Amino acid sequence: MFCHRIIPCLDCDLAVPQGRVVKGIEFKRIRYAGAPWRLAKRYYEEGADEIVFLDITASHERRETMTKVIERTSENVFVPLTVGGGIRTIGDARKVFNAGADKVAINTAAIKNPNLISELAKYFGSQACVVAIDAKSRSVSSPKKAGDKIVIKTPRGFCWYECSIYGGRKFTGVDAIRWALEAERRGAGEIMLTSMDKDGTTEGYDISLTRTVSEKLSIPVIASGGCGNPKHMLEVFKRTQASAALAASIFHYETYGIKEVKEYLAKRRIAIRPE
Amino acid sequence: MDDTIKVLVIDYGMGNLRSICNALRYLGAEPILVNIPSKLKAKKIVIPGVGAFGDGTNNLGPFIPKIKEFLSTDLPLMGICLGMQMLFESSEESPGAKGLAAMNGKIVKIPTKLKLPHIGWNYLEIKKRTCPLFNGVNDGYVYFAHSYHVSPKEDGVAATTDYGCKVTASVWKNNIFGTQFHPEKSGPVGLRILKNFLEL
Repeated sequence: MFCHRIIPCLDCDLAVPQGRVVKGIEFKRIRYAGAPWRLAKRYYEEGADEIVFLDITASHERRETMTKVIERTSENVFVPLTVGGGIRTIGDARKVFNAGADKVAINTAAIKNPNLISELAKYFGSQACVVAIDAKSRSVSSPKKAGDKIVIKTPRGFCWYECSIYGGRKFTGVDAIRWALEAERRGAGEIMLTSMDKDGTTEGYDISLTRTVSEKLSIPVIASGGCGNPKHMLEVFKRTQASAALAASIFHYETYGIKEVKEYLAKRRIAIRPE
Repeated sequence: MDDTIKVLVIDYGMGNLRSICNALRYLGAEPILVNIPSKLKAKKIVIPGVGAFGDGTNNLGPFIPKIKEFLSTDLPLMGICLGMQMLFESSEESPGAKGLAAMNGKIVKIPTKLKLPHIGWNYLEIKKRTCPLFNGVNDGYVYFAHSYHVSPKEDGVAATTDYGCKVTASVWKNNIFGTQFHPEKSGPVGLRILKNFLEL
């Protein structure tokens, strides 16, 4: 039986020598969860199906730190490792692959240079090329009032979704749903779809967005943004075609363990990998 | 005396070799990367690889005579993912490209209605219990990432998985072993399979 994947995401601050995982922000104070490789090992042992490392510092000087983090992690973590944040060129990608990564996630660089998707797919295979999309909903009064944008019905009314780049700091006017389709056409192996409206809220995934994109695409979609408990994962797997669910804070804060989440889903007849 | 098991890993320029080397090292073996055909002397060979069949066979080309020579010695060889597919004759993915033809059959697109690539963990159905790779592996989930596979009608299919159709997960003929899935990325189950290969 084919399994839905549970993917912990490590937001990495690489401005310190070994890097550190950013846990979240409480009362304007950033909290840290320790060295990325250590957390990754723990998640692997608890049954994570894959691990995502996002470089939230994303500057050139810190690229070396990410390489070290991946080298160290891949010595004793034997599930796929995905690296995202600041990967702009084939050379950047090659460095993290050589360090032991299996996939790269590209966002800003792909929007600026869509050819990067096909180049990555050509050199490293589609399975190694994940296109990350940060999507923000834009309300419209009626589906006809959004030009060529794909408008969907959501619990908040009609919306289209806009792609954002530079970690959510800049909006592009690009239709996220159309962009997902284009990324697939250009050779992306998977889409990591983050709802900016839901990210950080722990209110649950954006079901309307995830459903639309996962139904329109034939490649796997990783749902991201908003997971606050195992019920949210159940919901996204039951109501959409998402192949995987990504979460950060619920695991870092140890609100729920990966094992616990998987047992919860298995009891509710969601196909997952036991262990 | 140094009794570390040495495994030759063919580096023909297709994809990530670090993961397979890490897994072999973790299991106590010593992986030796080789990118020059004349240095292909070993007791065990692994052909890793991701990417397209045509590029793969093209790059592997210079190694083929040596690999064939190795296979005639009855020492064990394991192909992983693309490395397994190239053991066969040809692939729909790259018409005209010739594989090693160490096993009969061709590689076809997975005839499924589900999403492709087939990326993720899937259940391993072992068809040939006698295959030494599956010693002590009862049930298990392993990690796949591919769109093409060995047609399951072929002889030598040792394990399959279900992805809206029957998908070939592993092949075995004499001293030739292949896995479509990535044992080096398949957690404890995958490590056990690699360990079985090391103990051959």
